[in-house]
Amino acid sequence: MTMAEGDLAVAELTFVRGAMLDSKPPPASMRGTVGWLRENLLSSPFNIALTIIIALLLAWIIPDLLKFLIFDAVWTGADRDACLEGVQHRTIGACWPFVWERWPYFVYGSYPGPERWRVDLFFVMLAVGVVWLLWLRAPRRDFGAIYFFIVLPISAFILLTGWRAIGLEPVDTVLWGGILVTIVVSWVGIVVSLPIGILLALGRRSHMPAVRLFSVTFIEFVRGVPLVTVLFMASVMLPLFVPEQYSPDKLLRALVGIALFASAYMAEVVRAGLQAIPKGQFEGAMAVGLPYSKMMRLIILPQALKITIPNIVNTYIGLFKDTTLVFIVGIFDFLHTVDVSRIDPKWATPVTSTTGYAVAAIFYLIFCYAMSRYARATEARLAHSDKR
Amino acid sequence: MDTVMADSPATKLNIKPSKLKTDVAVKLVNVNKWYGEFHVLRDINLAVKGGEKIVICGPSGSGKSTMIRCVNRLEEHQQGQIVVDGVELTNDLKKIDEVRREVGMVFQHFNLFPHLTVLENCTLAPLWVRKIPKKQAEEIAMHYLTRVKIPQQALKYPGQLSGGQQQRVAIARALCMAPKIMLFDEPTSALDPEMVKEVLDTMVGLAEEGMTMLVVTHEMGFARQVADRVIFMDAGQIIEMNTPNEFFSHPQHERTKLFLSQILH
Repeated sequence: MTMAEGDLAVAELTFVRGAMLDSKPPPASMRGTVGWLRENLLSSPFNIALTIIIALLLAWIIPDLLKFLIFDAVWTGADRDACLEGVQHRTIGACWPFVWERWPYFVYGSYPGPERWRVDLFFVMLAVGVVWLLWLRAPRRDFGAIYFFIVLPISAFILLTGWRAIGLEPVDTVLWGGILVTIVVSWVGIVVSLPIGILLALGRRSHMPAVRLFSVTFIEFVRGVPLVTVLFMASVMLPLFVPEQYSPDKLLRALVGIALFASAYMAEVVRAGLQAIPKGQFEGAMAVGLPYSKMMRLIILPQALKITIPNIVNTYIGLFKDTTLVFIVGIFDFLHTVDVSRIDPKWATPVTSTTGYAVAAIFYLIFCYAMSRYARATEARLAHSDKR
Repeated sequence: MDTVMADSPATKLNIKPSKLKTDVAVKLVNVNKWYGEFHVLRDINLAVKGGEKIVICGPSGSGKSTMIRCVNRLEEHQQGQIVVDGVELTNDLKKIDEVRREVGMVFQHFNLFPHLTVLENCTLAPLWVRKIPKKQAEEIAMHYLTRVKIPQQALKYPGQLSGGQQQRVAIARALCMAPKIMLFDEPTSALDPEMVKEVLDTMVGLAEEGMTMLVVTHEMGFARQVADRVIFMDAGQIIEMNTPNEFFSHPQHERTKLFLSQILH
C-alpha cells in the first residue's frame, strides 16, 4: 500500500489494517482555560451574544447593588436621623442600624425576652438534626433519623410551647414570630408532606377504588383551591363552626393547612416519578417474590424518588416561600415582621423599606439556594447507578 | 462447571435446588385469558413433570409469553386452573407469594434493579423474602455469581455490565431464591449476537443439573440440545407438541411447517 494508513484506502477497493491506531490526547484548543471559554462562552455567534449581554447586565447591576448594600450604607446610628439624606448630605444606601435594632424581633417575633434562649436551643437542636440527617458520613444516621423524626418534634413542642411541670413557662403561639415561625412552619411542612404525599400517590395508583377515589378527591380538591383560601378557611371559618374552647390553636391550624396543601402537590410529584419506572421493575420485583409493600419500599420508591429529587426540592422551595402567606391570617412570619418593622415611625426613612426587603431577600435566597445545592449534590451522588 | 463449583467457597454451604413436593411441577387445565375482547390464551392444557425442560416457540403475539407469565401470576387468567407444585393460583395473595417464592423468572430485558449493585440484586429477595442472614445470603449470591462466571462484577451496578453479563446476573438472582421451577421469557432476544452463547451455556448448565424449565425462545439449537418437549403456539393455542427430534424433522401441522421453514434457513 502506498498511501498512509490513516487515509483509509479512499481510493482503493480493499483494505486491511496493519497497525492499530493509538489513542491521542485532544488538541490544545479543547483543554485548559481557553478550552473552557471556547466551549462554554464563545462556542457560537448566539452564545457570544449571550455572553456579552449577560456581562453588560452584570456590569450594570452589581456596582449599584454593592453601592447600596455596602459603600453608601449607614452602619451605625440610634434612630432614623442616622439614615436621613438631609442630615448626612450624601446619597444614602442601606440603613443597617435599623436591622441591628430590629433583628431580635425578626428572629423571635414577640416571644418573651427571658424565654428566648428556648428558641435558640430549638434552632441548635434543629441544626444538629438537619446536619446529622443530611451529612452522609455522619455516625449512626439511624439514630439521627429517630432524633429528627421523633425526639426533635416532641422536645421542640415542649420547649417552645412550654410545660409548667418542668419549669418552662407556657408561651402562647400568638407571641411567636419571625424566623422562628418561618422555620417551624416550613419544617413541619417539609417533614410531613413527603410521607403523606407518597401515601397519596400510591393511593392514586391503587387497584382499590375506595382508596383511589379518596386520594384523587383529596389531591384534586386541595390543588384546586389557593393556599390563601385554605389558610383563610382554617383560621376564620373554622372558629365559626366550632365552639371557642375546642377550636385548635391558630398556628396549628395554619400548620395543618400548609402541610396538607404541600402533601397534595408532593403526591403529584411522586406520582410522576412512579409513572416513570418501567413495568419491568415491578415485574422483576414480583417475580423474585417481594410482596407489594417491600417491592415499593426497596425497588420502586428509591428509584422513583431519585428521579423526582429536582421536583421534590422544587416543591420544598416553593413551600418555604409559601409560608410567608400565613401573614394573611395574622401570623407573624419572618417577612411579616420585616413588613411591620419597616413602617415603624422611629425608623421611617426613604431607605428603610428597601433595607428591610433586602434582608428578607438575602434570607430567603440563602435558604433556597442551600436546598438547591444539596439537591444537586444528592443527584450527583445517586447518579452512579446510571453510569453506562 | 464442576471444577468451578468445587473451587468456590460456597460448596460448604450445601446449596441444593429445592425439591418439588409433587410429581407435576406445573399443570394448566383449560386455561383461558382475555385482554379486553382479545382472546389471548385459548384452552391451554399442559402438564410439566419435575425436571422436565419445555421449550415454547411461535410467532409474536401467539400467547407464549403470556402463558408462562401466568405461571407466576404476572398475568391473571380468567378461566381454567393453574397449579404450580400443588398450589393453585387464585386471587389469594398468600398463594401467589408462595408460588413466586418457588418459581424463578428471567426476562427478555433482564429487569435488574439499577439502583442496587449486582450483589445486592442477588441478595435482596433472600434477605427480605426468605429472611436469610445477610452474610449467608451474600455467600449464596457469590456462589451463584461464580457459577454464571461473573463473581468479579459483584460490586458493580447493572448499568456497567454488558447485556450478556446482565442476563447472567438475572439468572443468578433467580437462582439465589433456590427455585424449584425456572421460567425464561425470551432470555436472548434482546442480546447482541456476541452475547447469546454465554447466556445459553449458562442455561444448558442449569438444565443438566435437573432444573424444571419452561423456556420461551427462538434458539432452536438450544431446543434440540436441551428440551424434552417442544411446544409450538399460534393464535393463543398450542398447535403442536413433540420431542425435539420429531418436532424439527417431522412437523405435523401446516402452521408449524410454515413457521419452521421461516426460522430455519
